[in-house]
Amino acid sequence: MSTLNVRVAAIEQVTPLVKHFTLMREDGQHFPTFSGGSHVVVAMDINGRTHRNAYSLMGSPDDTEAYHISVRRQEHSRGGSVFMHDNVVEGSQLQITMPVNLFSLSKMGRKHILIAGGIGITPFMSQLHDIQRNGYNYELHYAFRSLEHGAFSDQLKARCGNHAHIYVDRLGQKLDLRELLGSQPLGTHVYVCGPSSMVTAVLETARELGWPENHIHSEQFTAPPMGDAFTVQLAKSKTEITVPNDITLLEALETAGVNPDSLCRGGACGRCELDVLELDGEIFHHDHYLSDAEKASNRKIMPCVSRARCTHMLLDI
Amino acid sequence: MGCLAFKKETFRDDYTYRNSPEAIHRFPFPFPEDKYMYSVNIEPHVSIKPGSVFEFPFDIDEHYVAECQDKAITLAKDPGRYAVLPHMMDAQWDVLELIMESLSRDYPDQFKLTKDGNRWTWHNLPLGIQDTFTFGDRSTMAMDPFEYIGRQTQGDFVLLDQREGTLFADAGCITSQADWSLAFDVGMSWHQWHAPVPRATEIGVMDRALKFMMNLQLGSPVRRLNWTMTINPRLDTSPENYPQWGTDRNTVTPENAGDKIHLRVELQTLFRLPRSNGIVFSIRCYLISLNELATYPRWAKRFHRILRELHPDLIEYKGLTKFHQIAVDWLARFDDGAALEIGTQPE
Ligand code: FES
Repeated sequence: MSTLNVRVAAIEQVTPLVKHFTLMREDGQHFPTFSGGSHVVVAMDINGRTHRNAYSLMGSPDDTEAYHISVRRQEHSRGGSVFMHDNVVEGSQLQITMPVNLFSLSKMGRKHILIAGGIGITPFMSQLHDIQRNGYNYELHYAFRSLEHGAFSDQLKARCGNHAHIYVDRLGQKLDLRELLGSQPLGTHVYVCGPSSMVTAVLETARELGWPENHIHSEQFTAPPMGDAFTVQLAKSKTEITVPNDITLLEALETAGVNPDSLCRGGACGRCELDVLELDGEIFHHDHYLSDAEKASNRKIMPCVSRARCTHMLLDI
Repeated sequence: MGCLAFKKETFRDDYTYRNSPEAIHRFPFPFPEDKYMYSVNIEPHVSIKPGSVFEFPFDIDEHYVAECQDKAITLAKDPGRYAVLPHMMDAQWDVLELIMESLSRDYPDQFKLTKDGNRWTWHNLPLGIQDTFTFGDRSTMAMDPFEYIGRQTQGDFVLLDQREGTLFADAGCITSQADWSLAFDVGMSWHQWHAPVPRATEIGVMDRALKFMMNLQLGSPVRRLNWTMTINPRLDTSPENYPQWGTDRNTVTPENAGDKIHLRVELQTLFRLPRSNGIVFSIRCYLISLNELATYPRWAKRFHRILRELHPDLIEYKGLTKFHQIAVDWLARFDDGAALEIGTQPE
């Protein structure tokens, strides 16, 4: 995978929990343009171990001088976001991948409904550029906890005018999904990014209302959960590795020099899929990629987010 | 490649197309081993060997001018060979940018691109074209950006849109296809488009190829070689024009085989496009007659073995039935039966 060395050119505290990072290339070159909804994976060296987190690009796809990401501090995560908040300063060096888009606009859509919850607003920030450049019909619905947590809401109101609808939870403002999704013209696509309760609610409501499956889009990068340490055996490289409690199976494989493919590192893209040849315990599937049947079969695992409790798990790698 | 000399030649009627010794030497001979296996054989499209067809993202060679002229003839006769759906405008600009930047960087004596903000000036010296336009503004060009750059680049191009968990071929500029075809309606999905490939349709191969393509990353293009055979150096062997070239297959004799029978190699490349998140699929065709090929006996010997052992299904699929045996017999004189090392090198 091609990577780029970047330097943090500016940091802005956007809300009490969200920081906005401006990244520039170390070599002074321009970044590639990208498509709205793309993300990059940021590699961080934390105590000698490499952590990798995916963040949506939120600048204009035509701005090739800088890339912009925003990070919400997740107190109970494995440390990637805390590291970004506490250890990364202006001038810090990081490594990022080229942009990847797993959440792109459907260009055939006649209308686009964007639904964001909290930090889930970030992929829409770049999509809005594409939408406006192409003159698409759209609505933005952005919900957050309280006024101080509404990252970029003023900027969005200015950019989108009456296309933007803001819901502040503390003020008792609620987004009525049933009404919103029940009254859209044929050919409308809906996109949701936010906390899992919101994503689930949108998916379920749209399905109940009979929306075609391929008109419903969601992005949800699962922050890889921590868990208990476990041990796996590798059939092809004929070794055994232990996965510590705060490292993902994917990271443990990489540390051991086995390099499975990966892309989103958030259980969404399917690239890291591994076959499970033998298993004497239980897999905790945290991905959004495998079907329920595949998950139940325990024959496949997405090592970027999923873990296991077992004494023996033989992986085909 | 400062001293590219472009040949005056034809790919139809009197068929004056020939390869120079240098072009023969750099021909992308596709057979490293004696047996041909259908495989997806995809590798990163990175630069290797200066002077080879793999040196640059888009290869320009001595046939450039003649090939662009042939393309213009085909497009004039059948404007339907260029087709694009309206939602592909971002992808059109993407591919124009990709090709203009590549050519002007890799062939600075032939192609020049100057940018003044969004005001771009493109200078194509071999074809004598110079135009200034505003990048992103269709109204500043005489034709679609994709057609504009497609007419100025060797090979065929298909633009793929990624949605609904698959890829749709939503634009194409197709003037030199072999047996696969953009009869091919624009708008076809990956599976509709690839339905007829025998021995590759078993569920699995095509699904895996699709997954692979959907994961294709910006800045990491890939390539593969495919091959077939064509009678006479004809680029436009489209199904629509079958009556004009199909019967050529009946004209092959042991005496004219060396001249008439051509190995046709397609260099297929795939690039992720940045703004549109689409993919450009480029199919660049290289033709070499058996006479030219046999100037390197190692190649003739290997090709003899490939053809002799070729599975009957593939002989049929590739449309070789009428002249396959003549080609095998013609090549036999170069094959002493001795073992050949693995590799595609000419000597
Ligand atoms: S890397 Fe995308 S699912 Fe694991």
